[in-house]
Amino acid sequence: MSDLLAAKILELVRDRSEAEVLTSEGISSLTRFANSFIHQNVGEHVEAVSLRVAVDGRVASGKTTRTDDEALARFVEETLETARRQPVDEDWPGLTDPVEISPVDHFDEATADASPSVRAGLVRTFVDEGAGLLAAGYCETEGETHTFMNTAGQQATGRATSAILDGIHRTSTSAGTGHAASTAIGDLDASAVGALAAQRARDSEKTFDAKPDSYEVVLAPDAVGSIAVFLAFYGFNAKAYEEGQSFAEIGTDQFDSSFQLWDDATDPRARGVAFDSEGTPKAKLDLVKDGTTSGLAHDRRTAKKVGVESTGHGFPGSETFGPAPFNLFIGPGSATEVDLIAGVERGIYVSTFHYSRVLDPKPLVVTGLTRNGTFMIENGKITGAVSNLRFTQSFIEALADGNITGIGGNERFADSEFGAGVVHAPSMSLASWHFTGGAEG
Amino acid sequence: MFDDAIAAVEGALAAGAAYADARVVVRKKETISVQNQAVESIDRTEQAGVGVRALVGSSWGFFATADPSFARRAGERAAEIAIASSIVAGPPMEFADVAVVDDIYETPHEENPFGVSQSEKVDLLVGVTKTMQDVEGIAIATGNLTFYDTEKWFVSSQGHRIQQHLVESGGGMDATALGENESQRRSYPQSFGQYETGGYEVIRGWDFPSNAQRIAEEAAALLTADELEEQEMDLILEGSQLALQIHESVGHAIELDRILGWEAAFAGTSHLELEKLGSFQFGSPLMNITADATLSGALGTFGYDDEGTAAQSVDITKEGVWVGVLSGRDSAAIAGLPPGGMVRGDGYGRLPMVRMTNVGLLPGNSSLEEIIADTKNGVYMATNRSWSIDDKRLNFQFGTEIAWEVKDGKLRKMLKNPTYTGIGPQFWQSLDRLAGGDEWVHWGTPNCGKGQPMQVAHTGHSAAPARFKDVRVGVHG
Repeated sequence: MSDLLAAKILELVRDRSEAEVLTSEGISSLTRFANSFIHQNVGEHVEAVSLRVAVDGRVASGKTTRTDDEALARFVEETLETARRQPVDEDWPGLTDPVEISPVDHFDEATADASPSVRAGLVRTFVDEGAGLLAAGYCETEGETHTFMNTAGQQATGRATSAILDGIHRTSTSAGTGHAASTAIGDLDASAVGALAAQRARDSEKTFDAKPDSYEVVLAPDAVGSIAVFLAFYGFNAKAYEEGQSFAEIGTDQFDSSFQLWDDATDPRARGVAFDSEGTPKAKLDLVKDGTTSGLAHDRRTAKKVGVESTGHGFPGSETFGPAPFNLFIGPGSATEVDLIAGVERGIYVSTFHYSRVLDPKPLVVTGLTRNGTFMIENGKITGAVSNLRFTQSFIEALADGNITGIGGNERFADSEFGAGVVHAPSMSLASWHFTGGAEG
Repeated sequence: MFDDAIAAVEGALAAGAAYADARVVVRKKETISVQNQAVESIDRTEQAGVGVRALVGSSWGFFATADPSFARRAGERAAEIAIASSIVAGPPMEFADVAVVDDIYETPHEENPFGVSQSEKVDLLVGVTKTMQDVEGIAIATGNLTFYDTEKWFVSSQGHRIQQHLVESGGGMDATALGENESQRRSYPQSFGQYETGGYEVIRGWDFPSNAQRIAEEAAALLTADELEEQEMDLILEGSQLALQIHESVGHAIELDRILGWEAAFAGTSHLELEKLGSFQFGSPLMNITADATLSGALGTFGYDDEGTAAQSVDITKEGVWVGVLSGRDSAAIAGLPPGGMVRGDGYGRLPMVRMTNVGLLPGNSSLEEIIADTKNGVYMATNRSWSIDDKRLNFQFGTEIAWEVKDGKLRKMLKNPTYTGIGPQFWQSLDRLAGGDEWVHWGTPNCGKGQPMQVAHTGHSAAPARFKDVRVGVHG
């Protein structure tokens, strides 16, 4: 379906323009629960078309969900006419030439076909792990096929599935979180996710207010995941870099030598397809290697400006936001969380961050809060729960040389400020993290 | 289009739903982005489809499709999903009564924004980015315009037949100056642009060309400005920043679904407890907030919400006392309150949920000039740069693009990287001066995220400049 639709659109364009089309088709479903019952349960048949044309260097794009013949013909004509009215785009990079795409297939039939009952069953298991607690969260399954075609002859089709279980258990005074994601629903251990959330909630039922100050921290994978996506989207974004708004300095030791960050859509653990919205193949891209900033995510436009090849990180909207990596991996260490905690004299354990926002983009100063399980560490052991804290911290400084004191071997798909399924992250201990306030004053 | 919605509802009822509603939505969107006099993106989107909601027992199910021939089957799927929900069922569902309506509504607009030539729009943005770029020190100048034309056809199994046509227009521009390890930005009319219901007259009314040079000069000057030091002092907020303050620390806190725990895992809950409705002193006597979906020109204005409830104005705080919530038919029934008509879905593909309408602070009788003249030692902050607030909507920290020191009743030197932080009710109780008149503006927020899958709503927040006493400012990392 997806490839036939793409071909039909290029037939409508004919030879009147350079054109590239991306089609998506599939089912997306999400079962949401709160107060320990399912309260929102949704599904959507997704079918969408993105078209970009360049008429003698005059560029326009469009998207539609209308796929009947009459609507498609009108859509193509309107997009062409819009392009004709534009000034010539001096930075138009042209189309991707025919090139081979990595034959990855992040697809699982059981996930694509998951019924509402299957998702509800996982929710049931999660809820049951927190007897006496209030559970809330969601279970999502997606299965989609994406096809890219352009008038230069490049063609690619890929399919991908995704399954996520994320939730909290609550007491009257506390909450704890659990998270799992995979390309296959069978990988989700709802019992373990629910049990972790319940344990964190119970362990943090009685909290005290920690004095805002700089502390050593042990960050769980979901907190580390948020750091990674901020680095990637704001820093390793070639548009931000070319505009002078990124912290990234290629070839410079900006991070601790133990820190490794890369993007790889071809890794068997990753989600999504192995090409971007411009039909460029995705491959492993080192962003930080042994603490040295080593790469940037490019689309064709940013690549052309500096005379390099696209890394396959375009997406609809990257013209304005800039290209961004969505298959991030942080290099794991070998420590357990117990090891990391044992190395801390006085610090804070953070399960997740919440509502993090950039205050200053170049040094990547970010403010946000802890949430769903924050604990005091004293003399290498967790000694109690603390109320949520606000932080104001440069993420670059936090990971700078000598500041990463340990990295866990527990990497997994982590949740993040920009969503789930974007980053694999382990736990990490840092020498200093600046907490600037308590969540309740 | 009613036929597709009717087919969806019939499909849900035939599959066992006790109640069903459906909306067909056709939404056109045009976005133009220009950076440094070059068109970066010009994009036209058309999203069309049907979304249907089915109630079976105590459980909801929802299904959406872009294929109109699948409408009846979508209704059946919604009912099947609702039936599956019973595996983790909740208490019996209550659903507040509303009037069954057959009506047509259209937002007032003068000049169809899709009828204005794209060359005129591009010329406007190229012109203002050139003006900003011509200011020494400006590295990046951007401008953008976005227009929405949304048609909806709503049908319920109770007999609703509502057709609506909403027209929204907005845009903005910003100038960025780059210094040693810092960037400074100034925006106009506000961060992320100003959006309203209305046609292209909205864009003409904000007069971008007359403000381009000013904001560019301010951005360049910020590079050499002093940084605001951490301290407690009187804080004067410009209207658009106060609008976001209202959005984050009041608007989300009064959402009844949050109060009931329905958003606990993602967006969060609320520090407000229903037992305190009518008695909790949220703010000072100057804090009179309404949720008014009927304000002409405001971004959160419509005729009916996506449950078929008529738009209305609801008091939220009166003289600082919390008296109202944002609600829908199911949440209001649980709370024993009348439904507020505040349930909306993003396009056709998302389940309608409690959303802000126009949650605004009613005007006072002062002016910015008078407030500054009345301030001995304070700071005036303008235009949002960052925002963060905890999951109970208590602890917030905002950064603004620019600030000025206020000494002995006068604006003094410019300050960069200003921030302020506080706890919602304490902050609102410190409100002691409030402007009004033509400084009271229907600010629009076009990017309010909520829900899973994520939904983006357009909300309005009327506000005028105001002063807050003894606020902690200048928090840095």
